[in-house]
Amino acid sequence: MKAKALIPLLIFIGLTVFLAIGLTLNPREIPSPLIDKPAPAFNLRQLNASGQALKLADMQGKVWLLNVWASWCVACRDEHPVLVEFSKRGVLPIIGLNYKDRDADALDWLQKFGNPYTTSIVDADGRVGIDYGVYGVPETFLIDGKGRIRYKQIGPITPEVLERELLPRIKELQGA
Amino acid sequence: MIPELGHFALILTLLVATVLGILPLLGAQRNDAALMALARPAARLLFMLVLVSFGCLTWAFVANDFSVTYVASHSHSQLPLVYRITAVWGSHEGSLLLWGLMLTGWTAAVSFSRRLPDVFNARVLAVLGLVAAGFFAFLLLTSNPFERLLPAALEGEDLNPLLQDPGMVAHPPLLYMGYVGFSVAFAFSIAALIGGQFDAAWARLSRPWTLVAWLFLTLGIALGSGWAYYELGWGGWWFWDPVENASFMPWLAGTALIHSLSVTEKRGAFKSWTVLLAIAAFSLSLLGTFLVRSGVLTSVHAFAADPKRGIFILALLIFVVGGSLCLYAWRAAKLSGGGKFANLSRESMLLINNVLLAVVAATVLLGTLYPLLADALHMGKLSVGPPYFEAVFVPLMVPVVLLMVVAPFVRWRGHELPALVKKLLPALGASLLIGGAGAWATGTPSWRTALGLALAAWVLLGSAQLLWGRLTGQGTLMARLGAIPGSWWGMWLAHLGIGVFIIGVSLVKTMEANVDVAVKLGESAELRGYTFTLDKVVEAQGPNYTAMRGVVRVSHDGQTINVLHPEKRIYTARQMPMTEASIDAGIFRDVYVSLGEPVDASTWVLRLYYKPMVRWIWAGCLLMALGGLCAALDARYRKLAKIKAPA
Repeated sequence: MKAKALIPLLIFIGLTVFLAIGLTLNPREIPSPLIDKPAPAFNLRQLNASGQALKLADMQGKVWLLNVWASWCVACRDEHPVLVEFSKRGVLPIIGLNYKDRDADALDWLQKFGNPYTTSIVDADGRVGIDYGVYGVPETFLIDGKGRIRYKQIGPITPEVLERELLPRIKELQGA
Repeated sequence: MIPELGHFALILTLLVATVLGILPLLGAQRNDAALMALARPAARLLFMLVLVSFGCLTWAFVANDFSVTYVASHSHSQLPLVYRITAVWGSHEGSLLLWGLMLTGWTAAVSFSRRLPDVFNARVLAVLGLVAAGFFAFLLLTSNPFERLLPAALEGEDLNPLLQDPGMVAHPPLLYMGYVGFSVAFAFSIAALIGGQFDAAWARLSRPWTLVAWLFLTLGIALGSGWAYYELGWGGWWFWDPVENASFMPWLAGTALIHSLSVTEKRGAFKSWTVLLAIAAFSLSLLGTFLVRSGVLTSVHAFAADPKRGIFILALLIFVVGGSLCLYAWRAAKLSGGGKFANLSRESMLLINNVLLAVVAATVLLGTLYPLLADALHMGKLSVGPPYFEAVFVPLMVPVVLLMVVAPFVRWRGHELPALVKKLLPALGASLLIGGAGAWATGTPSWRTALGLALAAWVLLGSAQLLWGRLTGQGTLMARLGAIPGSWWGMWLAHLGIGVFIIGVSLVKTMEANVDVAVKLGESAELRGYTFTLDKVVEAQGPNYTAMRGVVRVSHDGQTINVLHPEKRIYTARQMPMTEASIDAGIFRDVYVSLGEPVDASTWVLRLYYKPMVRWIWAGCLLMALGGLCAALDARYRKLAKIKAPA
């Protein structure tokens, strides 16, 4: 056997090692440029009968979650029971950003599946969503007392994400 | 019941494929005629089973059986029938089943070839059977399309509106025919490696199969590009997206392969090249499947991202490619030989062609995988885009095109350089002049346009001179015309196609124009001498969408040439917005309108494009595919007597 004949095989082995490593990585895990930056300001109507506005400044001093949701979003339905359970523990305020939705549908949805939100604000045209760099629903932002985004979850919050990613960060921020 | 039938047929497929993959191979080693005789019927049975399975899945779509998970997530009762049928391959599971259908279809087709000696035939079919066994195990274990959803969904989630398009009807089947078709060339090479027999007949027999696969792949890629052009609504025709690259790499390897095969057939040389290129073409097809299906790369095409599937495909890739390269390393000593040739000869030209195309395929592979490599080595997340590909692709392809014109004038074994120079100098000079003058005539001269046009002129003039050389001389014109073999016409047409393609690319790159304008109803906008008047915007109702439809009158020199209807659709089931561009197509230019957002009640944003010569890009691809067809139909492959069985 000539050594030269082994070259294609060696190249291929090198390639598979990288492909195997690639499988363990997540290409979708894109670092958000907003992490550790001040959260973009908003001033939006709340999703309730009163229709009062809620501003970013109103949340000053609190550690809180901003959860982007919509009644048309299928993945939100997976996430919803996790949020409902979590909200019962009363760890922190959860503000819903009702994204590109109709009020009637959104209220109907909360009626049916339960309401984990301290309150929800209405982003019907998705402007605030653009400011926050939302490109898929659901997404969740953890915001600290100084109004900075500390963590961003793309896609549904699963019990694992809650325990491993969110809760340790929340504890740390609330302790500080 | 019918989905279970399909599922059952799929399980039988796996069993039959396993039998086909093992017994004839054993038979060939032991020279056991009974075991080898199994190969042909097993190959045909395999295809029949997959056909049944595919039919069952199609039935589930047609009958709106939302108790099948795959149907429930990719169809909808309001979806028009034709899209319910094409939805079968609209997503991961079904498109893999289509892949399997193509693979077994090619296998069955090979089983009808009576020219192969029994031992060789048994090995070829067994190799295809092994590939099918691995593939159907993957399908059944990780991506079963017949999985039930209990309780059944009341309504489906609908097919992605992007895929509800006539382009989607033909693009995946053509592309897969090409992808999977390289499995035949692969199986021929592996069978030859196992047997240690590499004669001219092996190359000659695998040539038509390879050509047919290549022509399907060419058509599939061209159709995909055309579909992206009008459906994605941004007027581009190639994005160097990982999934596009995944189809382009096997095309490059396949192009090198069909050239290398001609040398192996005629001169008995380049056997290592031919074997490795056959392995490469099919491996790159498998790699493409891996990249698309495993989710290791993100792309506009990303359908399914599931690590379990990724691991399985990687294992399959290691088994198929690793196994064949081991076999190659073991047998490589037998692959030497072939006639001697001079530094300037047809052989050396084709050798350079092989090297260059292999390097191009490798650079595309590097660019495609680089984000993955960088991430794996913790060099950060990055993406490699068109600037890289254009920077490396153009300089590598320029010599390919230059030599492509020269090579057919060069004789096998050796050629005199002065004679060649004398012959081609006039065409070269004329091409340079045409390139310069053409670039100047576009009004915005750049050396890139000049280069593109000079290359195109070089190809067209060279082709004309080549044909002229064939048609002049002794005998009547008709006799000389009749004496030209199909494979020569194939080469000539395909090379001509490259020239046409280059004209399209060079001119559309330099002369295209686009503009986004806000237009009030009844007013108009201008682009490159065309006036676009937005007469009105009306509401329209499709079978499963509602749309705002613009009525845009296009006029040129005061004459109305067309009324275009760009749409903004909302597909009801997914509430997904889609932009449907409207195009006035022409041989020398397309004008392209897409409807943007409304600014206020009576003002809309229009996106207007002027695309000169864009059709030439696809016309060039069609010529290449036509060339492939001519070459595959060459009488030589049909008249051939059965090759001698190995002693």
